Amino acid sequence: MSPLVSIEALSVVFNGVPVLHGVDLSVRKGEAVGLVGESGSGKSVTWLAALGLLPRHARVSGSVRLDGREILGAPAATLDQVRGGRVAMIFQDPASALNPVLTIRRQLCEALALHRDLSGDALKAEARRLLDLVGIPDAARRLSAYPHEFSGGQVQRIMIAMALAGNPDLLIADEPTTALDATIQAQILELLSSVRRELGMAMVLISHDLGVVAENCDRVAVMYAGRIVEQAPAVALFDDPWHPYAQGLIGALPPLDGPRRRLAAIPGTVPDPSKMPAGCGFAPRCALAVEQCGISAPSLAPLGDARTVACVRAEASRRALLGIAAE
Amino acid sequence: MSAPLVEVAAISRTYTMRSGMFGRSSAVHALDGVSLSIRKGETLGLVGESGSGKSTTGRIVLGLEPPDAGEVRFGGKSMAAPGTPEWRVQRARMQMIFQDPLGALDRRLPVADQIREPLDVHGLGTGAEREARVQELLRSVELNPQHGRRYPGALSGGQRQRIVLARALATKPDFLVCDEPVSALDVSIQAQVVNLLADLQAELALTMLFISHDLRVVRQISNVVAVMYLGRIVETGCADDLFARPEHPYTQALVSASPAPGRRSAGRIVLSGDPPNPAARPSGCAFHPRCPRAISRCATELPALSSIASDRQVACHLVSGSQAQSQDAA
Amino acid sequence: MGRYFAIRIGRALLTIILVVTFAFVVLRLSGDPSLMILGPEAPPEVLAAFRKAWGLDDPIWIQYVDYFGAIAKGELGRSMRDGRPAIQLVLERIPATLALTLPAFAFKVALGIPAGIYAALNRGSAIDRAVMITAVAGFTVPSFVLALLLVLVFAVQLGWLPSGGQDSWRHAILPIATLGLGGAAVLARFTRSAMLEVLGQPYIRTASAKGVPWRKVVTAHALPNAAIPTVTILGFMVGTLIAGAVVVESVFAWPGVGRLLVVAVANRDLSVVQCILLLVAMTMVTSNLIVDFLYGFLDPRLRAKGAHA
Repeated sequence: MSPLVSIEALSVVFNGVPVLHGVDLSVRKGEAVGLVGESGSGKSVTWLAALGLLPRHARVSGSVRLDGREILGAPAATLDQVRGGRVAMIFQDPASALNPVLTIRRQLCEALALHRDLSGDALKAEARRLLDLVGIPDAARRLSAYPHEFSGGQVQRIMIAMALAGNPDLLIADEPTTALDATIQAQILELLSSVRRELGMAMVLISHDLGVVAENCDRVAVMYAGRIVEQAPAVALFDDPWHPYAQGLIGALPPLDGPRRRLAAIPGTVPDPSKMPAGCGFAPRCALAVEQCGISAPSLAPLGDARTVACVRAEASRRALLGIAAE
Repeated sequence: MSAPLVEVAAISRTYTMRSGMFGRSSAVHALDGVSLSIRKGETLGLVGESGSGKSTTGRIVLGLEPPDAGEVRFGGKSMAAPGTPEWRVQRARMQMIFQDPLGALDRRLPVADQIREPLDVHGLGTGAEREARVQELLRSVELNPQHGRRYPGALSGGQRQRIVLARALATKPDFLVCDEPVSALDVSIQAQVVNLLADLQAELALTMLFISHDLRVVRQISNVVAVMYLGRIVETGCADDLFARPEHPYTQALVSASPAPGRRSAGRIVLSGDPPNPAARPSGCAFHPRCPRAISRCATELPALSSIASDRQVACHLVSGSQAQSQDAA
Repeated sequence: MGRYFAIRIGRALLTIILVVTFAFVVLRLSGDPSLMILGPEAPPEVLAAFRKAWGLDDPIWIQYVDYFGAIAKGELGRSMRDGRPAIQLVLERIPATLALTLPAFAFKVALGIPAGIYAALNRGSAIDRAVMITAVAGFTVPSFVLALLLVLVFAVQLGWLPSGGQDSWRHAILPIATLGLGGAAVLARFTRSAMLEVLGQPYIRTASAKGVPWRKVVTAHALPNAAIPTVTILGFMVGTLIAGAVVVESVFAWPGVGRLLVVAVANRDLSVVQCILLLVAMTMVTSNLIVDFLYGFLDPRLRAKGAHA
């Protein structure tokens, strides 16, 4: 089956500083793909670049195809149809994601009018239906309210309703629950998975939270310093990570049950994009790094079942992990 | 088992809030009869969502704001009135670190000078001794003298939080309040700081109040955990046991809402309803409108925190059963 | 809502009282008006009679109370110079001033706001830089320098326009240009930064991500938000319509309120000065009230706060 979206060699340069170094990623119809990584790893930039949402001074290269058709650098009119129509996006900060001076009705109907052949009462009825769908009580009355009259969780529901307005095939959810409390996060994730089931929509879930991604995605890509370093089915990735960074991320997460262990902290810090080491970006923090790691950046290579890893030491790293586990 | 260093006895705090700029003022019960005790050398983790009162508790324990009722005892003595000499002596034994290290540091001073500042203020040691102490503190937070010469802007988030920690430890405090100290950090850096905090705590026999919304981090670092909901403690217990076998329906929901790699979302408890609003506290048990197991009694009667095992206390009618006596804390 | 405005109006009255008090104190303490008006050679009995006639020999606090009592009754005193009611003198001059300030205001808005928006939308471009340099120049060059510069070029060198007076519409062009250019520069800078701030907000990205065409993102999403801070500076400009032309009127010998003020101050004509200050305070305060009201109209967050009262 050909992928819904396929990104190839996507690179982004901000003011002469490369922040994304050739990302390859594809999303199939109906699939949930997780993108994890720490701040600055390029997980949001990947999708903002793919949809042409980066500021003008960003230099984007590579290829992004939707149903086989190139959309990177496509005319504005084409992109406006893709955005919100084929591919919708929701963001992290509920407090400022909606326009504060416009009513919810205006903002919802705007999206509906752009992508659906609706007008007048049908438009309003559809807006009401969408609010009902995402679980905003008393939808008819709440449509005339302004964003500040809703809680953070409710704003995120409204954002989801707006994203659904164009019947998209793919929803990009960029840290959708990071700013929310735990119990509200659970509600939003539940809502996302139920609309996805109902509408057969594919989703890319961008998050720094491994747990959130693990529980809600079929396949996960781990990003570090502007590159995807490992990509595998969610269960395989979290049970048996191969890339030393992926192992490090999982080891750094405090367990919620079982015996307490000392956290396996990754030493050092994420490299500054303007002072990127030659070769593998993770090499300076990697316990297994060899001379070769400092020379050229490894590319993603298929290893095992449905898994790709960008590490020359992947086998050694896996043995090391299994060795520790066997002790 | 050592004696408690910090005891918080039934503290309450009410703010007056206006709805809108000129609206009628209403009372917000940020804290309602919270009692805690932290034994010497132990860490108490305080978890809860926004509006639960966990940060208010931290500020009151430090004496940064007064409670409306109840009292805080430190080393067996009541906290003296702020500004008095006794208060200053007590206060010098406590330090705090917050979520935002950049806000806590002066951007225009090299960080070593800022670590040294409390030593200068309290007149501890000679100039040379202070300088040696600064270097020792830098080493203890795993930074080197070069880091000390930099300005806060030239350090990463994790390094800044280490500087704040070094400064907090300068006066050799007995007690440290940490309010979301690692929440702004990335996972790999968070692990470094959590490990460092745990090491320093063991090494210096620090007593800590560790406030966070993150159950995992709290469990990692705490001996005892208290769960707060809308200004009251709903459950306390030993850290490992509490998250493994939560008894209060709210704690159960929190644990269930904390996603874990390798576990699919099947069987997750998803609470309905809006997040708690301290300005509109429900009657009875404040959690009852969102509680999947609430019975009619929960809407009218406030459950008291009562022991169900040697080191577990729960405030829930369904858990403590009939022997729990209703008690009006107000 | 009622309480919101009651508080604002109370604050406005307090501002007026403070302004008038300040003027009263400064003017009374800085020189003897009888000497100024009658001249130093005036015989002492004439001076005494003048002082008695104008109440200048009363204790200062009685003069103050009397003055406020008169204002409360709507009596703003008479000019010490020619005995006509001060308010009449001032009102006569207002049309001349408005003939300069109103077209200048329109000029500022018509030039400054579009220039600011354009510069923000094309940030970093050559046009943005040109707008910013012009704006900074217009912002820093004092109006009398700009006025003299315009006179030098258009009146002296080219001889296209008259350098002063009020005989025809052509006389108004240079003063209007002086007032308008400086104001447009301020407005352009302000609009640009308000626009840039708004364009960086997440809801702008949300609108683009919905597929809203960029032109509509700007008009429907960015402009209504950028209007909120811009209204503040517009309100301030409306407040200067009456007396914002003191310097320009002096340079161009334009017989408006500003020149009246200069002459009245020089002559210690207290009633006239106080009358003008009162008028200025009132226009300022009124324009502030209008701005507050507009805020409520433009920003639903403030409206909601008012509605709770």
